Amino acid sequence: MPGLDDLYQQLILDHYRNRRNQGSLPDPTVQVRHHNPLCGDDLTLELLIEDGRVVEVRHDGDGCSISQAAASMMSEAVAGRTLPEALELVEHFRLVMHGDEEPDEDRLGDAIALEGVARYPVRVKCALLSWMALKDAIQTHSGERTEPVPTGE
Amino acid sequence: MTTAAQPALDPARLRADFPILGRELHGRRLVYLDSAATSQKPQAVLDAMDAYYRETNANVHRGVYELAAEATERFEGARDLAAALVNHPREGVVFTKNATEAVNLVAWAWGVRTLRPGDEVLVTEMEHHSNVVPWQIVAGITGARVRFAPVTPGGELDLERMRAMIGPRTRLVGVVHVSNVLGTINPVAEIAAMAHAEGALCLVDATQSVPHMPVDIAALGADLVAFTGHKMCGPTGIGVLCARPALLESWEPFLGGGEMISDVTTECSTWAEIPWKFEAGTPPIAEAVGLGAAVGYLQGIGLDRVRAHEREMAQALLDGLSELEGIRIFGPTDPDRRGAAVSFALPDLHPHDIAQFLDQEGVCVRAGHHCAKPLMRVLGVHATARASAYLYSGPDDVEALVAALRRARTYFGG
Repeated sequence: MPGLDDLYQQLILDHYRNRRNQGSLPDPTVQVRHHNPLCGDDLTLELLIEDGRVVEVRHDGDGCSISQAAASMMSEAVAGRTLPEALELVEHFRLVMHGDEEPDEDRLGDAIALEGVARYPVRVKCALLSWMALKDAIQTHSGERTEPVPTGE
Repeated sequence: MTTAAQPALDPARLRADFPILGRELHGRRLVYLDSAATSQKPQAVLDAMDAYYRETNANVHRGVYELAAEATERFEGARDLAAALVNHPREGVVFTKNATEAVNLVAWAWGVRTLRPGDEVLVTEMEHHSNVVPWQIVAGITGARVRFAPVTPGGELDLERMRAMIGPRTRLVGVVHVSNVLGTINPVAEIAAMAHAEGALCLVDATQSVPHMPVDIAALGADLVAFTGHKMCGPTGIGVLCARPALLESWEPFLGGGEMISDVTTECSTWAEIPWKFEAGTPPIAEAVGLGAAVGYLQGIGLDRVRAHEREMAQALLDGLSELEGIRIFGPTDPDRRGAAVSFALPDLHPHDIAQFLDQEGVCVRAGHHCAKPLMRVLGVHATARASAYLYSGPDDVEALVAALRRARTYFGG
C-alpha cells in the first residue's frame, strides 16, 4: 500500500507507538491547551523556559497517530532552542505542510517524516496542532498573546 | 405502498441504479458506508434533474408562459410527493435548504418572537448540532434556557427523567427520531405526547428516519418535523420542514423577499399564503424535482422493505464488528431498536487513522464527532468511527469493512 506508507512513514508510527516527552512538567513556565475541532484531537503542551530558551517540552492528550507523532517529534526538535529559533521553526514547518517550502532536515529532525502529510490536506491540521500550540505557548509567555487562539489556519 | 409479505431487498441489484457505486476507489470496489452523512443518488434522480434543466427550466410561480407553468407544476408536484411520503398536508410542507435551515426557521419564526426569560427548550443529549445550536442562539437572544434530556449508558433516552424535565416552563421539546451516532430509534410519538401534556410543541429531527423507514407524521403527532433531501437519495440543497399548518399561519416569516409576499408598499408588506410565506426568493427548483424523484424511487422500492433490509444490515454490522477484540460499539445492541448507522471505537486506534486506512482499501466511513459533541462528552470519547448502511449496502460491504479493520490494527499496532 504505497500511498498509505507515504503518509504513515515508519518514523511516524514509531513516534506514535513510543511518544517522546509525553506527560507533564512539575513546574511549567507556560501551559496551553489546543484542540482540533475537525477530529476532536486534544493537546496540552507545557514548556519550561529558562534564559530565553525552551529547556523542556511535555505534551499530553488524545489524538490520531499524525497529531501524536507530530507532538513527539516537535518536542525533540525544539528542545534547547531559543524562543526566536523555535518560532522560526514553527513557521518553517507550517510552510512545509502547505507545500511552500522544502523541508530542512537539520532543523526538523525526525519531523521531516511528516513531509508526506502535505499531500493529505485533511490531515495537515493534525500535524500542525502541536506546532501551533508551541507558537501560542511562546507568544503567551512573551506577552504577545493574552487570549488563547484557535489552532490551525 | 407495500406489504409485510414483500420480498427482501437485493442490494447488489439496487447498486446498478447508482452510477457512482460502479466506480473504484484506490483500485478497489467502492464500499460506501457513509450514507448517514449523505446517500448516493440513483439514476432516476440524476435524470429527473437533468431533464428539468434541459426541457423545463423556468422560474416558478411567476411566468405566464407554458414553460413557467410546467416548472411550477414540477416544483409543486414535488411538494405533493414529499407531503404524501410522510402523510402531511401539503400546505404544511415548506422547502428549505436542508434540515438545519428547517430547524432555524422554527427557531427564528417562532422561538425568537415567542420565548421569554425563564422559558425552556428541552432537547436531548443525542441531538445533532442542528437541533442544539439554533436553540442556544435563540436562548442568547430571549433569555430562555436550553436543557438536555439524558442518554442512558445503553445509548437510549432516559424517558422517565425526560418526562420529569418537561414542565409548565417547557415551550418546545426537540428530539432526534434516529440518532446519527448511536442509531437509536427514539419513541417520538410518546415524547410528542409528553410535550403536549405540558402544552409544549414537539419538533422532530427526522433526518435519519425519513430516508430509512416509513414515517407517518400524523401518527407521530409531532408539530414540526425536519428532514433533508440529500440523505434520502435526493440532491443537496433541499430540505423540508413539515409544520402544523395552523402554526405556520400564526407565525411571522423567517426570511423576507420575493415569492413570499402578497403585497408590498413602501410602508409595509403582507404575506403570501402558507407554505410560500416561508419560501423567500427563487426556491431550489431542480433540487425539489430531484427530491420528488427520490421519493418516487424510495416508494417504488417500499420504505418498509428498506427498513427490513437495514435491520438486517444493523445486525450484520453489530455481528461483524463484534468479532474485533476490544471493540466498543455504541448504541442499542437490539437491531429492532436501531438504524444501520453504527459507531465504534477501537482501543489505541484513533478514528481518523481508521478512516484514513480504510480509504486506501476502498471503504468509506466517517470519523469524528458527527456534529454531536454533547453526546461525545456523554460517551467519554473525542471522536468515533461510524459505518452507516443504506438500501444499496450488503453483507459484502460489512465483510470488506471488518477485514480492512483487522489489517488496520496490524498496520498501526506494529
